[in-house]
Amino acid sequence: MIKYLFLGAAAAFTLAPAAMAERGGDGDVKIIYWQAPSILNPYLSGGTKDIESSSIVIEPLGRYTETGALVPYLAQEIPTVANGGVSADLTAITWKLKEGLLWSDGSPVTSADVKFTADYCMHPEGGCAQLAKFEGVTSIDTPDALTITVNFSSPKPNPYGPFMGGQTPIIQKAQFENCMGAKAPGCTEANFNPIGTGPFVVTDFRPNDVIQMAANPNYRDPAKPAFATLTFKGGGDATGAGRSVLETGEFDYAWNLQLAPDVIANMEKAGKGVAIAGFGPLVERLEMNMTDPSSDLDADIRATRKAPHPFLSDINVRKSLSMAIDRPLLVEVGYGKAGRVSCDLVPAPDLYAANNDYCMKQDIAGANALLDSAGWTKGGDGIRAKDGVRLSILYQTSTNAVRQDFQALIKQWWGEIGVETELRNLNASVFFGGDPGSPDTFQKFYADVEMYANTFDGTDPQAYLAAYRCGNEPKPESQWQGENINRFCDPAYDAMLDELAQTGDLAKRGEIAIKLNNMLTKDSYTIVPLVHRGRVSAHAKSLGGVILNTWDSELWNVADWHRIK
Amino acid sequence: MTDSDISAKPSSQWYDIWMQFRSHKGALIGGIVFILIIAAVSLGPLLWPYDPTYIDIRARNQTPNWAHPFGTDQLGRDTLARMMAGGQTSIAVGLTAMLLALVVGSFIGVLAGFFKRLDNLLMRMTDLFLALPLLPILLVMMLLFREVLNNAFGPEKGIFILITVSIGITSWMPTARIVRGDVLALKEREFVLAARSIGTSNTRLILRHILPNVMSPIMVSATLGIANAIITESALSFLGLGFPPDFPTWGRLLNDATDYLQQYPERVFWPGLAISLTVLSVNYLGDGLRDALDPRIRSR
Amino acid sequence: MFTFTLRRLAITVPTLLFISLIIFLLLELAPGDPMAQVPLTVPPEVKEKMRLALGLGEPAPVRFWKWIVQFFWIEPQVLVDHYLGTTFSEGNQRVISWQTRSPVMDIVIQRMPQTLWVVGMSYVVGVLIALPIGIYSAYRQYSVFDQVGTFVSMIGFAVPPFFSGVLVIVLFSVNLGWFPSIYDTTHVVNDWDSFVIQLKQMIMPVMVLALQTTAQISRFTRASMLDNLNQDYVRTARAKGLGEKAVVLAHVLRNSLIPVVTVIALGVPAVFGGAIITEQVFKVNGIGQLFITALLANDLPMVHTVAFIFAILIVTFNLIADVLYGILDPRIRYD
Repeated sequence: MIKYLFLGAAAAFTLAPAAMAERGGDGDVKIIYWQAPSILNPYLSGGTKDIESSSIVIEPLGRYTETGALVPYLAQEIPTVANGGVSADLTAITWKLKEGLLWSDGSPVTSADVKFTADYCMHPEGGCAQLAKFEGVTSIDTPDALTITVNFSSPKPNPYGPFMGGQTPIIQKAQFENCMGAKAPGCTEANFNPIGTGPFVVTDFRPNDVIQMAANPNYRDPAKPAFATLTFKGGGDATGAGRSVLETGEFDYAWNLQLAPDVIANMEKAGKGVAIAGFGPLVERLEMNMTDPSSDLDADIRATRKAPHPFLSDINVRKSLSMAIDRPLLVEVGYGKAGRVSCDLVPAPDLYAANNDYCMKQDIAGANALLDSAGWTKGGDGIRAKDGVRLSILYQTSTNAVRQDFQALIKQWWGEIGVETELRNLNASVFFGGDPGSPDTFQKFYADVEMYANTFDGTDPQAYLAAYRCGNEPKPESQWQGENINRFCDPAYDAMLDELAQTGDLAKRGEIAIKLNNMLTKDSYTIVPLVHRGRVSAHAKSLGGVILNTWDSELWNVADWHRIK
Repeated sequence: MTDSDISAKPSSQWYDIWMQFRSHKGALIGGIVFILIIAAVSLGPLLWPYDPTYIDIRARNQTPNWAHPFGTDQLGRDTLARMMAGGQTSIAVGLTAMLLALVVGSFIGVLAGFFKRLDNLLMRMTDLFLALPLLPILLVMMLLFREVLNNAFGPEKGIFILITVSIGITSWMPTARIVRGDVLALKEREFVLAARSIGTSNTRLILRHILPNVMSPIMVSATLGIANAIITESALSFLGLGFPPDFPTWGRLLNDATDYLQQYPERVFWPGLAISLTVLSVNYLGDGLRDALDPRIRSR
Repeated sequence: MFTFTLRRLAITVPTLLFISLIIFLLLELAPGDPMAQVPLTVPPEVKEKMRLALGLGEPAPVRFWKWIVQFFWIEPQVLVDHYLGTTFSEGNQRVISWQTRSPVMDIVIQRMPQTLWVVGMSYVVGVLIALPIGIYSAYRQYSVFDQVGTFVSMIGFAVPPFFSGVLVIVLFSVNLGWFPSIYDTTHVVNDWDSFVIQLKQMIMPVMVLALQTTAQISRFTRASMLDNLNQDYVRTARAKGLGEKAVVLAHVLRNSLIPVVTVIALGVPAVFGGAIITEQVFKVNGIGQLFITALLANDLPMVHTVAFIFAILIVTFNLIADVLYGILDPRIRYD
């Protein structure tokens, strides 16, 4: 592991490791993603598959490592206040490009390319998927060919939005110059074969199928990559992808094996490969609806703050629903080593993690007692009720084998505390879509409880926590767009968010974030976290140099991958 | 010839059919197996102590044993109980959707084949339905009718009607095309011309002469239709458009078990066997029925 | 017959336009959002801008008209340009996929080879196996051959490909290691060895698919043959002293072919439509996989185009079947 860490860092500092110092000496490497890439331009598609596949070809100024630390890629170093790269008032950040960088076509990489990347994404008609990364950017200065200064409209405690991480890689100005705004879709050739600085160049791109790549002759480290060619296959399902690496050995690397832990364990027995897990901030959670989703209400009142939920607005009900859940068992059944019990909305990085443990143990008796004392008494059918309101829950989620197992288990536990549950699973493309005409989107939340997972990019949770600001909820006036899914509303929370936005000191930021996290979870049970989910991928035993990174693209260090002989 | 013997009493004709059916060994066995399956899935749950949705987490991933003759699944639910509950749904969906498709398909097929003026219109409509993708149709039907049906029939019956109708109305087209093709040819046969020349009405002509002669493709469509409906239902569950997740069906059990094929092969065996047995028994039943309804064979 | 064909061809154009309108309306009505697969970390305002960039801000009739123009006017020009080297289509917007931002027709053409190799071949294999089985099963009804044939084909039809596909992968790829479990769409056949590799990667998906085709067609063939074997004309032919071969293959078969032709004609468009589940299991990535991924991503231009091409094939092959009826049975008249 230590050796691998060293290799990972070596990629950043252009130190050629003494061993295997020959580009292209290890033949072909085969990667399989069960979601097939559609395009190699992450600015036109926010999809994970597209961001990760393009990260082999195009690179940002800096990336996050597997621990969430920042490492320079195209930049000489990561600018900070300490080294003078970030201005003291936090309104500007200055990056310096490495010297002598070349695009894969042999032309030099300059600050103009970096500035162009920002212009390309910020074009008003472009529909850029990564626009949020450029929020608050007022201008970009390029005093010389290697220096880029990004100016922000207000102090940015976290200035690493643009050009940092897999979402915002640098694209070549010469190639994309005529592809701005409305002309973007006409540039099929550029979108499918971007010229980059990464270790490989595209030789053949077949959308939603397969990408073939070859080593970049102008890559900055002359000894890398070890592989001469790379095949990136997409499509199928997680089971098939896992099987092709772990059981048949046809492929070297399989991404994101969302499979039951015993299925993966069984595949590993074949001895061809190993499954590896890494943890980012992804949390599977139950969201409690604070508003009434009843179909008896008018469409402009239903599931809005005008109609409080008949029983979930009682904190005792929410708390007992959380207490009835056996989280360690959920982890064991659904995720194995790719999951941990979590009582927090922000479980990582360490600086921001509250590390609460209030929910570790299931307490059915306690939950029953709490409901009894709150006046919810069991009726003849075993279902609790108070003042004619029955504890009857519609619990929805997207279609996925693990989520349906969770639904079945939780339904049973809730039954034990006198709560009736109706389950519903929805097609992911409808559930996660934002079609205001559909009753089944997670934003519309025409159910009492829903379950899904969410996370944030990079290592700063500010934007993630700001989603729960009062007024940011989906509502008819906003075409049901909005991120405050629970319709949570607390002025104290909003005041603390404002404080976070103005605080630059990291330790202080951590403290505030933890308080915010607790207000949503431990103190109010608005969000009921279930599992801190890791990512499981698999690689062949003969593939060396793999370090699973959940903070950036999984293929962040593909330049270091090599064949173990 | 065909049964132009109008003087024969209907009762004796049905008796003939029954006698012929009974002498058909395959049909008899098929019928018995089919009745046994229906009895097992409808009466079994009354006798079997386990609830199909009850989770006993300590008993998970068990191979067949005395307490759980079919084993348990990854959450410790009893597979036998799930097979019986799933069978009720799958057979109900399979039979109803098949019947719906068969009735619509045969009706349109006969009309199009028999009445020249309707042919073009009906067949172009068939082309249209063949061209429509199933998934958006289902999404639209869910959007328009789920809440209405939920309120009228409750969530379970509502979704049952929705699924059965959507499978039915998206699978009648092959039957219609095949029946029409046969009717086009039959219509020009001598016995139809003869019947027409003695002044038989169109309705009677269709019921007495055309329909009995297109029974065999209809029977084949019926057999294939049941299997098709059961499997389509599982594909819908897989996409999140089917029954609620705690509602087992054979197709879903088979689908869920496929991931565990190597560790617990018995889990795919039971639903696979049940679907195959049902389809086979209906097939033999159909064969027997076809032979029994064919006067040429009956009089042999 | 000739005038009938001409008349039918004339109706085809309005029929297809109508079908394309219905498909469009269905897709408009269906809930869904092309942004569904964009991670939740992308804020809603950004997603709204992305939708506008896809052209979703325009009213539905405008989008339908644009599609009609692009499909019926610009795409044929592109085809002409491709073959004649002309430049009619230059500067005109083609039908663009929302997922890939590239012309839909290019991707469809790219998917053709693997679809035809696998799904097409399975159909040919399936029909070639099914016809003899169906004929012989009917001729020797309730013989051992018939019983085994019935049994195998019904089980083949009852077992869905999501299971049979995985089963053959576990058997032949994992345990025996004979065939690859993942289809390589970039494989080029240029000599004997590469042909053998192609055969190896095709054999499992072809077999899984052919099983379904065989079951269906052999059942219909058998049933139709049985209907005809007892007819008077068969007795007459035998009485005339014709050989069994001639009676069965020339007289009975010809008269039994109408439902068989119907079923085969119904199946051919499905060949080009690909096989969604089997393609997924073996990662063939043909038209079927293209269609289902486009549906799940709510890539409406792609879904509309592929569904419409499918509609053209359906209408065409049903017309061919109608013409064949007339040839098989001259008594059938359409006018």
